[in-house]
Amino acid sequence: MSSALDITRAVNPPRAVFTDFPLGHTAGKAFDRPLQRQIMIETLSAFETMEKPGSIRILPFEWDADHSWKHAGAGEGDNRQERTEEPQYQSEEDKAAAQEGRLAEECIVCSDWSAGTVERGSAD
Amino acid sequence: MAEAPVEYIARITRQYAKLGYKPYGWVYNTDASPWQPVRKPLAQSRVALIASGGIYRQGQIAFHSKDDTSFRLIPTDVHTEELRTAHFAYDQTDARKDPNVVFPIDTLRGLVQEGFIGGLTQHAFTFMGGIYSSRRVREELAPAITGRLAAERADLALLVPV
Repeated sequence: MSSALDITRAVNPPRAVFTDFPLGHTAGKAFDRPLQRQIMIETLSAFETMEKPGSIRILPFEWDADHSWKHAGAGEGDNRQERTEEPQYQSEEDKAAAQEGRLAEECIVCSDWSAGTVERGSAD
Repeated sequence: MAEAPVEYIARITRQYAKLGYKPYGWVYNTDASPWQPVRKPLAQSRVALIASGGIYRQGQIAFHSKDDTSFRLIPTDVHTEELRTAHFAYDQTDARKDPNVVFPIDTLRGLVQEGFIGGLTQHAFTFMGGIYSSRRVREELAPAITGRLAAERADLALLVPV
């Protein structure tokens, strides 16, 4: 799935579907279940019906009629933040939950593949 | 009236130049795209959801912003209200209200219920796509996820970037 047509063209995946929505909405609009379902049906159907490697199917969905979102915040100014290895929790509550190790029995950080194990803890 | 899609590469290249940053080394894969024919009907296929929107489950460690090439396993029977996002490069407002916009888990579960697809792998796979080093994605993250896809016997891999 993609909402960045030029980047997907450059990456050249085997099969892709493009929905012309603002970034952060690749799979649909928030809480619009019928739209989300329809996008996914079109997406999954592409597995069966696309036959040319590297092609991109343009899906027929429109974010809105006037396309004004395409011009909003078009990369003005410097909004980059300093990169840090500090986990960027959505909330303090999440941070506390992770520190308690509430999901210690499951995969927490899957980065230890160099030694042949895929994750810490037992996921299966 | 239809309007052309946003040209993100050109937009970001202009922005970096204006701010005096080094140009970003975009990946252009010019070889023929790898191809595997689909071997089963959708209704018999096990789908693996792979999403780069920084989704984690409450209780897991969130992603960080400095070339984080780790990933999370999210059980595909997860309660949607336990899902969170951590990402620096897109507007997370809607994703935090309804994770399905970048992590279509309810959508896919619905289509399993309908019999449109056969099922889902035991886990979905999530990471934070704002990784500057494409080499590290290629050499570290992608092989690790590919290994899990084989272990969970995925028939189809559905990639959802943001």
